[in-house]
Amino acid sequence: MRSTRMALAAIAAAGALTLSACAASSPDDTTDTGAGGETTASGDATDGAAAGDTIRIGIKFDQPGLGFQDGSEYRGFDVDVATYVTEALGYSADQIEWVESPSAQRENLLAGGQVDMIFATYSITDSRRETVSFAGPYFVAGQDLLVRTDETDIAGPEDLEGRNLCSVTGSTSAERIKTDYAEGVQLVEQPSYAECVGLLRDGTVDAVTTDDIILAGLAAQEGNAGQVRVVGNPFSTENYGVGIPKGDVEICEQINAALTTMVEDGSWDEAVTANTEGTGYTANAETNPPELMACS
Amino acid sequence: MSEYLSQFADLFATYNVPLAFWMNIKLTFFAAIFSLVIGTALALMRISPIASLRLAGTWYVNVLRNTPLTVIMVFGVLALWSKLGVSFSPNFDENFFRLAVLGLSVYHAAFVCEALRSGVNTVPVGQAEAARSIGLSFLPAARIIILPQAFRGAIAPLGNTLIALTKNTTVAATASVAEAAGLMAAMIEFRSDVIIGIFLTFAIGWVIIVIPVGLLTTYLSRRLAVVR
Amino acid sequence: MSTQNVLFDAPGPRARRNFAIGNAVGVLLLLTVLYLVISRLGARGQLDPALWKPLLTSRSWQYYILPGLQNTLVAGAYSIVGAMVFGLLFGVGRLSGSRAIRWFCGIVVEFFRAVPVLIMMVAGWLALNQLKLIPAEMTSLVAVVGALILYNGSVIAELVRSGIHGLPKGQREAGLAIGLTRNQSIRSIELPQALIAMLPSLVSQFVVILKDSALGYYIAYAELLRNSRLLGTDGTNILQTLFVAAAIFILINFSLSRFAEFLARRVGGATSGKTRVGDVPNTVTTIGLEQSGTAAAKRGLEHR
Repeated sequence: MRSTRMALAAIAAAGALTLSACAASSPDDTTDTGAGGETTASGDATDGAAAGDTIRIGIKFDQPGLGFQDGSEYRGFDVDVATYVTEALGYSADQIEWVESPSAQRENLLAGGQVDMIFATYSITDSRRETVSFAGPYFVAGQDLLVRTDETDIAGPEDLEGRNLCSVTGSTSAERIKTDYAEGVQLVEQPSYAECVGLLRDGTVDAVTTDDIILAGLAAQEGNAGQVRVVGNPFSTENYGVGIPKGDVEICEQINAALTTMVEDGSWDEAVTANTEGTGYTANAETNPPELMACS
Repeated sequence: MSEYLSQFADLFATYNVPLAFWMNIKLTFFAAIFSLVIGTALALMRISPIASLRLAGTWYVNVLRNTPLTVIMVFGVLALWSKLGVSFSPNFDENFFRLAVLGLSVYHAAFVCEALRSGVNTVPVGQAEAARSIGLSFLPAARIIILPQAFRGAIAPLGNTLIALTKNTTVAATASVAEAAGLMAAMIEFRSDVIIGIFLTFAIGWVIIVIPVGLLTTYLSRRLAVVR
Repeated sequence: MSTQNVLFDAPGPRARRNFAIGNAVGVLLLLTVLYLVISRLGARGQLDPALWKPLLTSRSWQYYILPGLQNTLVAGAYSIVGAMVFGLLFGVGRLSGSRAIRWFCGIVVEFFRAVPVLIMMVAGWLALNQLKLIPAEMTSLVAVVGALILYNGSVIAELVRSGIHGLPKGQREAGLAIGLTRNQSIRSIELPQALIAMLPSLVSQFVVILKDSALGYYIAYAELLRNSRLLGTDGTNILQTLFVAAAIFILINFSLSRFAEFLARRVGGATSGKTRVGDVPNTVTTIGLEQSGTAAAKRGLEHR
């Protein structure tokens, strides 16, 4: 009797081990597991594409309109720009391997060589330039507000006095409005912008704030169409650049050349329109299409 | 080294760490009271003579105990507040604080209930028999005889629930409450060069809060244990 | 199971009538609340089939929910194995003959039991990204599993310690009497019995691990909750997708809890220790304290 019960305990322990062993050896489909997956360490050539080579592009997976996982596909403005640029570098669309790049991990992904370049609402800043290099910018975004379609009283951040504003946890954009524009604004922080839009549509908040193109992407979603709109009065400047390994001037220049043709042949406009369709949003024409910065 | 320390001091001048911890302590305080009240009511329900109450108590515990706390918090904000329009205050800070207290309370009430039930099980059958024989019905017997002994027998598990509650207040960030975990993340993002120092500061902050609670409950449970 | 109930009389005809009325009122009250909630959600358009339908498509399950569930289980499995190893090492370490080892293990265990899992996870993740020691796509998993191992391993270490403490003294004395050393006695006589005694508590600790793995969404670990949020972002039906995620969590954890209760009944005879299910949210055992009355559980008052 005793021995069978000991065996029971042993089986339970063994079961747990096997479970983990299975999990560890399960074939990794890098497109769906995100953080759990392991990237295949194939030879990584960043310049010049031999047949069969893949290029790994870091994007957001959770930003509708920019980089979003749609089943097994990825779509959004960042994705479109990345596809165009890599095509110009000699890669076909099916040679691209999309890698999820949460904001806090972008430098790490580049430094560790797990991605070749990053298109993930990556603002060019001096402190980031210390560890990575940027090509582009390929878009100039600005902090803006998303409001309900029937909202008439909010035309800019100053109008938020006494109103309710939503932003994501850990973002400084809402704090900026509170300190610089409207002291009497009430803030709520949510895990993601999708929740913020839900609150906005419920009427429990009056505005959502972050970069205009991100807001436009949210407004363009099928379920939100016609319900919310971007105010269109950006009050900051964010230069979205292509993150590349530090000091790789050669690839930077290739990307910039591709970006120039993308604007010239109209594909850039097409990409902006396609991803913000039906929202009435237009990119800030004073700054867009952006002037490229010199590679260094 | 001294440069590191002065940078560190700057950081703490910018961010109000004690205030954030104070928020966790306030959350703990209110949630502890409410979860104790709800949990006691649940425990009473689960030992009561009425079948529907027992069933309701059992279901409550089984559902709440097995749901991640973050999910409860998210439902509090998205469903209860935004969709159902249950608001506790027009002031957002107040409102979300109370929502977080509510979420923490309903979650931990399930564990308080279980702790109390284990306490009830420490009360010898003879006590209940004696209560019955002097003519007490269920509620008076529970109130005068069973629960006082059950509480004394349940101090250790109740103390563990309190400690868990203290630490789980970090999840209140989900409900838009500015507490220590959120502040730590913000500080690290801002000053990633002193990441180890920031983590240790917060970790030690928790140790300072939690260890006394543990010692106190250990002391109390020894002191108040019913000698049988 | 047939514990006779001593808290109240078997209800007579009048009491039965009152109970029936009470039951009816209770059910009515519950239904009213339920109706109010549902009608209000309906008024908000939340019951619109268009919001629920996407949850029935194979796309939702194939690309979001199932991969998320897989990642939750993967993190859970690694954490369970790791926490067991950690717990055994440090639990036995706290009983070591050497004072230095005892103190070291004690400090480590108490420290990690006191720090919230979320704090460890977030700090660990940010630190790993900063230090760039491991590939970026591994950092989320490593941070989730690491935090869960440190915390739950410490809890398990306490379980091991209290499990061994909870054994009758005669077990070790018998071991020493047949010529085993103290360590040998711990290893071959006490630990196996303690492990069986703690098996139910251990399984309910696994529930804690699975539940806490949901915190991984803070650090972009593609677990069930985060993937459900992604799916909800896609269909602008976050409430609905989170509802499904919650249901899955409850189902899994409820089954595990049930299994723990089953084990508690089943393995009772295989050890001289006490088997019980830990019922406390994140900490299972008592803090360095053997609770006085757990043996009374078997002759408990509670009506079943």
